[in-house]
Amino acid sequence: MSAPMISLESLTSRRPLDQLPVTAKSSGCTSSSCDVSTKPVDMDQAIWAKIKNHPCYSEEAHHYFARMHVAVAPACNIQCNYCNRKYDCANESRPGVVSEKLTPDQALRKVIAVANEVPQLSVLGVAGPGDACYDWKKTKETFKRIAGEIHDIKLCISTNGLALPDRVAELVDMNVDHVTITINMVDPEIGAKIYPWIFHHNRRYTGVEGARILHERQMLALEMLTARGILTKVNSVMIPGINDEHLIEVNKSVKQRGAFLHNVMPLISNPAHGTYYGLTGQRGPRAVELKALQDRLEGGAKLMRHCRQCRADAVGLLGDDRGQEFTLDKIPGEITYDPHKRETYREVVARERGDHATAKSEALEIVKAAGDGSFKVAVATKGGGRINEHFGHAREFQIYEASPKGITYVAHHKIEQYCLGGVGEEATLDGIIAALDGVDVVLCAKIGEFPKNRLMEAGVRATDAYGYDYIETAIGALYADKFGAEPQAATA
Amino acid sequence: MAFRIIASQCTQCGACEFECPSGAIRFKGEAYVIDPEKCTECKGSFETQQCAEVCPVPKTCVAAAAAI
Ligand code: SF4
Ligand code: SF4
Ligand code: SF4
Repeated sequence: MSAPMISLESLTSRRPLDQLPVTAKSSGCTSSSCDVSTKPVDMDQAIWAKIKNHPCYSEEAHHYFARMHVAVAPACNIQCNYCNRKYDCANESRPGVVSEKLTPDQALRKVIAVANEVPQLSVLGVAGPGDACYDWKKTKETFKRIAGEIHDIKLCISTNGLALPDRVAELVDMNVDHVTITINMVDPEIGAKIYPWIFHHNRRYTGVEGARILHERQMLALEMLTARGILTKVNSVMIPGINDEHLIEVNKSVKQRGAFLHNVMPLISNPAHGTYYGLTGQRGPRAVELKALQDRLEGGAKLMRHCRQCRADAVGLLGDDRGQEFTLDKIPGEITYDPHKRETYREVVARERGDHATAKSEALEIVKAAGDGSFKVAVATKGGGRINEHFGHAREFQIYEASPKGITYVAHHKIEQYCLGGVGEEATLDGIIAALDGVDVVLCAKIGEFPKNRLMEAGVRATDAYGYDYIETAIGALYADKFGAEPQAATA
Repeated sequence: MAFRIIASQCTQCGACEFECPSGAIRFKGEAYVIDPEKCTECKGSFETQQCAEVCPVPKTCVAAAAAI
């Protein structure tokens, strides 16, 4: 059996079927009986089972699966200097954007509406604004009701950790197997510069005293979760001059205590957001500073590089927020869950992923066999691990690096969409070219002559020759071309 | 004496509601309000007023007299 009867594209597209481009070319071993595991070689089987459909935990899964957040827990038990709760939780969503605060009942309706429409949905999270473990009754009620309707949905939670030790037993009971703790320090002296106060056991603690309690509770929580086999991701906000160097220490400490992933996020600070840091002029890190720190942290707890610092009401694949399509006013008062779309999608994905894994390992062989060299590739994609977005429609590029070490995902660069209503904007193109600084090749499903030539003048080769191929397949072929191994035909 | 909430400052997070030992705070219409009949200023339960202690916005849960 080759060519899937149903393509991923037909299941997930928001356009009518007859407008779809030709179905993706399949590559390599097209038989599902080939049974290639997509599990990374150095990963435990049990852990893989937990993360393989979680877009935030698995870099591979983020091509196929989507998450949604519901903001049901607005109360918080600490104050962070990067947060002004008069507006939003700066920690878990873009600041300044007020999110819809939902009751558990509204959350249930919204999740069902999304599950019916977005077949990629696999994870439901409760994050900011507020603290999910502190505002626990609402979080718990929401989880219970949703898990009762949609049995296979994964539940996850994001928290500052202060109240977390008190919730671990219930989290285990409710099958929540992914927890994110924001840990910005392991030294209370530094903590005092980040947290003006905490509220614990019925009183407010300030300064170093407050930060010490928070620190101890965070470490305790992490140890408790690790002991119970709950996967824990640690988020840290990088604050230049305050905890940037210190995050190396944080990385070691959390790794020791079993953190599964460490995600270093840049501080977003803007006077208009009215946060303490915004008002005192504390700057956020530049992209190069962030990357330099991330590079130094390699080797500690595994780093996450595909994080999108999503809004508290984000819906969809990482990088493609469909939250605005699902605001409460667009959701009917009565709604029932229809599992059909999600089930079909999962079957098709299982097959696709086998193919993708084969294509990936073939590409890896090619890269390793070729000569010494490295280059950077920017990919326009809508998901599914393929080059399937038009240059003019892309709102971000996924950046990959190929070298004898392999093909690795480095980052994503947000851009202004070049083509709006069928016309390209020259000024936008300049911005895109600037964002592509350091990139050697752009891969997309389609690109016009004009932008292609402009990019060429700027030293970037753009091509649609690999449209609808797997990302790695194309990169492998390009790499072989450039670094002189036997010319290999693309496997597609 | 009682405490009251300055509605224009309030973020409606609701933390005060579940910390209040007297059940004096509830969401009414569009805002959180403190029932002056029920508010004990936390006397007998805690040393500090819990609503003011947990509130993220300074000067939002205040002694009613001071606000007039
Ligand atoms: S934990 Fe979240 S909601 Fe609470 S103060 Fe920090 S950023 Fe804001
Ligand atoms: S002062 Fe105490 S009793 Fe009065 S409203 Fe605030 S928390 Fe409740
Ligand atoms: S704690 Fe403060 S901000 Fe939150 S609901 Fe009560 S008064 Fe409003």
